[in-house]
Amino acid sequence: MDLSDTQTRMTTRTYAGRYDNLAEIATFVRQEANLAGLSFKDVFEVETAVDEAVSNIIEHAYVGEGIGDVTVTCLPEPNGIRIILEDHGIPFDPACVPLPDTHAQLKKRKEHGLGYFFLCQLMDEVKFEFEKNVNRLTLFKNKS
Amino acid sequence: MEINSTRFKHCDVVKVTGRVDSSTAPQLAEELAKITGEGRYKIVLDFTQLDFISSAGLRVLISTLKNCKRYNRGDVLLAGLPANILSVFDLAGFTSIFKIHTDVLSAVGSI
Repeated sequence: MDLSDTQTRMTTRTYAGRYDNLAEIATFVRQEANLAGLSFKDVFEVETAVDEAVSNIIEHAYVGEGIGDVTVTCLPEPNGIRIILEDHGIPFDPACVPLPDTHAQLKKRKEHGLGYFFLCQLMDEVKFEFEKNVNRLTLFKNKS
Repeated sequence: MEINSTRFKHCDVVKVTGRVDSSTAPQLAEELAKITGEGRYKIVLDFTQLDFISSAGLRVLISTLKNCKRYNRGDVLLAGLPANILSVFDLAGFTSIFKIHTDVLSAVGSI
């Protein structure tokens, strides 16, 4: 489903929460970030952050594939792009996520925890909201 | 994602093309496990045609590196990383634990 408002260019699409939709979500987000005037580097960082966020929703909020939908809204703004992800799974508490030690020696490296770290490092704003069975993650990327 | 593996006498070169995300990372893990399962622990990953890699793909790499370096039996070298992907490796702190080469030839020559 594609609901577009030509005046604000806000575009919303809904995807089944499956990993094989990640490539299509990436194409959508990349296209919107390009239209918003972000640089090649910024577009790549937005793509990475959204991929990590949607993967987290499938893994942690829905605890599996094909359980629920993920709604992706892209809203270009004069100084960047706002992306809103909504799901109906288990609320995800970012405070529970330990930060990875990116300087640890190989033997001590943990294999998990990089996704949320990337999200916070690559986006300029990361906000989680939980209300009436809707989990909303708002990401904002400034034009560099 | 497309994977093409080439077996040489002293190492395996695995060329990964396209996207490595949560959907495709298991396929990469399977390919690398097949190589290490045959007792071959010297691997060069050719990333010259890699478009994207998420943390799911990085998990596969770190797990394979740990496996290959166990008992000092081998290594995993990375070659030809595009600049944007190199930035992701840097952010993850991977540039200090992986040997990174600009091209496949130099990686194969040094493993």
